[in-house]
Amino acid sequence: MARSKLQPGVVIDGFTVGDCVHSGGMATLWSVTRPDIDRPILMKVPRVSEGEDPAAIVSFEMEQMILPKLSGPHVPACFGTGDFATQAYVVIELIPGETLYKRLPELPLPYEEARVLVAKIATALADLHRQHVIHHDIKPSSIMFRATGEAVLIDYGLSCHKHLPDLLQEEFRLPYGTAPYMAPERMMGTRSDPRSDIFSLGVLLYFFTTGVRPFGETETLRGMRRRLWRDPYPPRQLKPDYPPWLQEIVLRCLEIEPVWRYPTAAQLAFDLGNPDQVKLTARAEKLKRDPITTVWRRRFNRGLVQPETKPSDVAVQIATSPIVAVAIDTSEGGEELNGALRVTAQRILATLPAARLACVNVLKLGRLTIDRTLDEAGNNKHIDRMVALKHWATPLKLDASRLTVHVLEAVDPAAAIIEFAEVNQVDHIIIGARRDSVLRSLLGSVSAKVAAEAGCTVTVVRTRAAAREIDDEEDEVAAKVVG
Amino acid sequence: MLLAIFTDIHANRQAFAACLEAARARGAERLICLGDIVGYGADPEWSVDTVMEIVAEGGLAVRGNHDNAVSTASESMNAEAQAAMEWTRGRLSAEQRRFLAELPMSVGDEDRLFVHSEASSPQRWRYIQSSADAARSMIATEAQVTFCGHIHRPALYSMSATAKMTSFTPTANMPIQLLRGRQWLAVVGSVGQPRDGDPAASFVTFDTRTRELTYCRVPYDVDAAARRIRDNGLPPWLAQRLSMGR
Repeated sequence: MARSKLQPGVVIDGFTVGDCVHSGGMATLWSVTRPDIDRPILMKVPRVSEGEDPAAIVSFEMEQMILPKLSGPHVPACFGTGDFATQAYVVIELIPGETLYKRLPELPLPYEEARVLVAKIATALADLHRQHVIHHDIKPSSIMFRATGEAVLIDYGLSCHKHLPDLLQEEFRLPYGTAPYMAPERMMGTRSDPRSDIFSLGVLLYFFTTGVRPFGETETLRGMRRRLWRDPYPPRQLKPDYPPWLQEIVLRCLEIEPVWRYPTAAQLAFDLGNPDQVKLTARAEKLKRDPITTVWRRRFNRGLVQPETKPSDVAVQIATSPIVAVAIDTSEGGEELNGALRVTAQRILATLPAARLACVNVLKLGRLTIDRTLDEAGNNKHIDRMVALKHWATPLKLDASRLTVHVLEAVDPAAAIIEFAEVNQVDHIIIGARRDSVLRSLLGSVSAKVAAEAGCTVTVVRTRAAAREIDDEEDEVAAKVVG
Repeated sequence: MLLAIFTDIHANRQAFAACLEAARARGAERLICLGDIVGYGADPEWSVDTVMEIVAEGGLAVRGNHDNAVSTASESMNAEAQAAMEWTRGRLSAEQRRFLAELPMSVGDEDRLFVHSEASSPQRWRYIQSSADAARSMIATEAQVTFCGHIHRPALYSMSATAKMTSFTPTANMPIQLLRGRQWLAVVGSVGQPRDGDPAASFVTFDTRTRELTYCRVPYDVDAAARRIRDNGLPPWLAQRLSMGR
């Protein structure tokens, strides 16, 4: 293998090498340029020398394979790779600023700041999982932020991609990664469960809101294995003012069994984005760790709680755990259509036990009139709508943790629904086509606009009676399911 | 240069024609056949002629165990394969039989090796069924990338500089860069008799410049190929298994 001959001025595959900007344990970073690339880029070069840990080489190979496959704002753009036969490198976009690691001295952060921060990371993670990649090293030093606010996940040396060979599969006899953040199932050798990343993000959220790492800083295998049976101190025990909703979220991420965690990072982002809608369970109430009998049962009955025998799969996990939003019109006369919407929602939810449903209603604001929160009889319109949405959902008999209700206030109902879906990473919108053609001709069809412009699957529900009355040319697009 | 690599055609004209068309559509510049051109299927003449043309145009071909059995009756084969082989011998011309008999057991091309079964002892027709089998083949060759067939199920193995193995079941149409730091063994799925549960025909492309390997799946007219087998009085199971992909 050729020794690294990198120095300023050298040209490698069209990249002119500039200064060495960082020299770390595993790799060095060089600022480079290429005439056709007009933004700052970096060349990451592995440290390879005699006696060096071969794992460092394999990790670098993994990055070389995965980085060129990734796209979007939550990953560094990749501009080229070079292999170990000549000069091993990856050239990636320079993300200005520091990693989250720099913020450790400020911990604990205010709850609201941590909520917003971790919601951004969860959104980035959801995007990465959608690209078939499990990161496997989520921790503060793997996370940066763009000037525009999006979280960027860096360092893919321990990652695996569902559609690429996992070069690390036989490389290590012992679990490899960052001990304080590593999910319990990783100790058992599982590398295919995206919920391992959700655990790591839970560790980060716990650490950032309490200032304490939930499983300490132990690096020994024995110490690491404790998390297979020992639960962390509930944050409320450490900080009496810790919000119960936040503890609910943190402890759900840190569940020992992956199946009890959030099924997807998108669902975690959803709860972080809607804290008032988080369903509080016994997790939120916990003020002490589990009793020693529970811990012993877990410790000495591992056979009962082995990781699922069915291997988990990042794509299947996402596909079976969608966020479904149903747009409900609570005004008089919509009962038949609302019934049909419920039937459609029921069909979708029945096949997907990990799906969650967001019921959405738009409180339409006039463009010119001064809106009042109270109606003529003095009732709070917003609360009335919430009650109506919950009433609509009651027959679905959904577990409260799978159901949320949202009243949006907007001038343009279609735009509000589309934006809600965007912000909350909704996978599927169910919306009814109204029969009242007088109203529709005044407002334009909400369902048609949502079907045409939403960034996800849209199902438009129409009752037979409404379909007969509908003006064909007006609502053509809405009759279809748009994927 | 974009290579298209086919194996285990097994006289399935419909599948081979569909794969050739798909390979041309992807811009393949050189065609390579890893053997088992005949056996099982009902169009051995057309299949051999097509591979002869490929070779005449600068492509490569190596010998498979069924190609070998056309002239060497000693190959151990199950009853159906034996029956199909008897039938196949009667169909091929002397020139076609000579072409099959003279095919090389393996061919090296730059840092690549093409072989039907595996590299350690190609004439023994051993299957690559595990990482251990793959390791034995890779240790036996200097080639950085070995392409083989024989088992009718696509797989990709690699061995690191420290002899650590990886195994992988590839996804169709997902290019994989074969990094130079390790040795690779690409097991190509069968054109004419897939056995991984997917009846679609299989081949791979390999870009020698970017070193990207892509496993391709091509749906074809399975019913027509099965009909040809039944119409020619070949064992019915050979027709049935095509639609099941096993």
